[in-house]
Amino acid sequence: MAGRGRGRGRGGGKGMSFSVETLGFGRGEALPAPTLQPPPLFPPLEFKPVALTTGEEMDYILALKQEFRATMKELPYYVKAQEKKKDIERYTDKYQTGQQDSSINWEPDWKRFPKELKIRVRKAAKIQAVVRPSLPKKTISRKADKDVLQTLEELEKKAVEIDAEKDEEDEEEKKEEDGEQEEEEEYDEEDLEEETDYNLNYFDNGEGYGMEDEDDNLDDGPTY
Amino acid sequence: MSSSATRLCFLILKERYGEVVASVACCLAKKNYCPLRMLSQDSGLKLDQVKKALCTLIQHNLVTFQQNKKGFIEYVIHAEKVLQQTRFPRYIYCAKTLYGDPAELIIEELLQHGQMTLEKVVQRTIDRLTEAMEGKQNVSSTLVKEKFVNLVQTHFVQRCTSPDGNVENKEVASMPVLSVSPEELYVVPKMELDGFESRKRKRSGEGSEAASKRIKTDESESSESSIFWRVNVSRFHQYLRDQAIVQAVASKIDKNAAEVVRAMLRLSEVKTDEGALVASAMTVTEVFQNLPREFGISKQTIEQYMKLLSEDSSEFVSKVSDSGGGMYVINFKKLITVLCRAHIESAVQERFGSKCFRIFRLLLMKKNLEQKQIEEYAMIPSKEAKELLYRMFEEKFVSLTEVPKTPDHAPSRTFYLFSVNINQVSRMLLERCYQACGNLIIRREHETKENRRLLDKQQRVDAITASMEQSGADPSQKEEIEQMITPPEKAQLTKIKHMTNKIEHSELQLDDTIFILQTYLQYAHMK
Repeated sequence: MAGRGRGRGRGGGKGMSFSVETLGFGRGEALPAPTLQPPPLFPPLEFKPVALTTGEEMDYILALKQEFRATMKELPYYVKAQEKKKDIERYTDKYQTGQQDSSINWEPDWKRFPKELKIRVRKAAKIQAVVRPSLPKKTISRKADKDVLQTLEELEKKAVEIDAEKDEEDEEEKKEEDGEQEEEEEYDEEDLEEETDYNLNYFDNGEGYGMEDEDDNLDDGPTY
Repeated sequence: MSSSATRLCFLILKERYGEVVASVACCLAKKNYCPLRMLSQDSGLKLDQVKKALCTLIQHNLVTFQQNKKGFIEYVIHAEKVLQQTRFPRYIYCAKTLYGDPAELIIEELLQHGQMTLEKVVQRTIDRLTEAMEGKQNVSSTLVKEKFVNLVQTHFVQRCTSPDGNVENKEVASMPVLSVSPEELYVVPKMELDGFESRKRKRSGEGSEAASKRIKTDESESSESSIFWRVNVSRFHQYLRDQAIVQAVASKIDKNAAEVVRAMLRLSEVKTDEGALVASAMTVTEVFQNLPREFGISKQTIEQYMKLLSEDSSEFVSKVSDSGGGMYVINFKKLITVLCRAHIESAVQERFGSKCFRIFRLLLMKKNLEQKQIEEYAMIPSKEAKELLYRMFEEKFVSLTEVPKTPDHAPSRTFYLFSVNINQVSRMLLERCYQACGNLIIRREHETKENRRLLDKQQRVDAITASMEQSGADPSQKEEIEQMITPPEKAQLTKIKHMTNKIEHSELQLDDTIFILQTYLQYAHMK
């Protein structure tokens, strides 16, 4: 408290909390006026820059530099930025990947690079786009028939004996899996390279969803 | 890394490899270590683009990769190598002065492609040489290969790290383990040199009737050599450092002294290893024997020069013992410090004028001085001296230490000592150089962008006239085409050319300063 009081008292007196003499101003000397403006945007240049060294050597290096710069732009290492989307995302955009620059324009020696950097060329994607629409339909219709029959049967059975249900469920799951596997195999043939493509492997036509629900309900039944 | 250095990195990479690569590199530089997925997320770029960018960066020795404990592959960028890219023209020039045109092209090719096999380098060099000579003279591959071996033997070119020979491992692992043994780093295997004929013959010889087809496929197989080569940047830096030292001696003493120092440096090149602070000791006789005869300097003169050099204030050469007629060494660290100091001093002189320079040198000489003392020693009126000193202090060329007489740090009872910290000042200057270099690149880009239309037009006209020349068209037609560029456009074009030339010129010269500052800081770290 005392400290603060003293500071304020002094400050009020002369405007400084320390003796001005330490800054190098004489006793009677006027202090410089406070600056209220920002410094000029372009202050006058006091010292001109030194001229650049010239000579044959420098000229040659300069030519080398310009040439090097020009050639680097033409080499395949120059990665061009992807074109920006014009307006909106279109359905057809999906099928137009790979036309532009999904591949590396030069051939790295893959023995020396991490494998994950390899860009898989999606040539299969186009064929898929043609073939695909007919495929799911078939499987769905086939499967739907089967499933309806299956479920009816199962429901009958379940109505008769609920206890044996669990075994059946397993079977059913297996069958379902088999069905799905068929599908998967079909896809796999098309894009063997795309092992890591999560979306494709994880294909779910949504059929299992309702089923599970039903089963769950039935499952829950006896526990009440 | 500082923000100005990052900015410069971005600009350099953008110019060389495109914006995608640059932004990937900058993201990486911020992270230090980063796996692929995260990189794509952070940069906001598509995965494929990031992959491409990383491939380019790895190819140019700017990024390396390693596996972390969790099995991810992490990428590391070497920002200092990115900054060195501005020095490429100088390396190429070095190679030219040392080993002639073929070496120049070899280095240029290697720098353009980052890593290359010997065969490809040789092939491309030969192609370009023949092109330059317009087919008048046949360039033999043995000459080019000889140059290549020269470059490797003098360590200007080195082997890249290559995957381990363990084949089983390669199949399983997601990334190759790259390594190279230090003994092999500068060895060109004979197999590579002999060309691929001998190998081919061996292979086709074992099959009975391999037929020409078989040989052809063999050829394509064997051309996939697994040894890649790259430019050894640090060797070039060593050479540039030596050049700078020789130049300094020449300007301080005379040409003969420079030759003596050059001979000493050449001797030390063989004896001392790369990172040494001090070259190994050598006798006067050794220096004499190494000096080319045409200078006609006698042994006595060399002794005198040695004395002169060792007694000079910058102490280019120091005497370590009297045995064998005097053993002398070159202290690189000291010399680079002297060079760096000279650079800083000239910066002060050009920036603040000669009076400030006087104060600055005074501080360098006397280390710590009070304000009053500075005024006295520099013999500058107190008011002016204060202004000058504070200006330097404001721009951080001069630092201040408070030495309180009493523990309460009262200003009236405190000594204010001004001093110069060379290390800190060179760091600050280096930052400014990076900033300036970045500004230059931006300015140049801006100028070309503004005049893109005109430049394109000129390019088109040039292409048309060139094609007309080839087809042997009428000169009047040619003239007509050339007149497509109007006189004011022509004037504008020359103006642009002059401007870009000047800007690039400044970039190169700025890089010289950057080189000295970097080298000094590098030596300052090694103790």
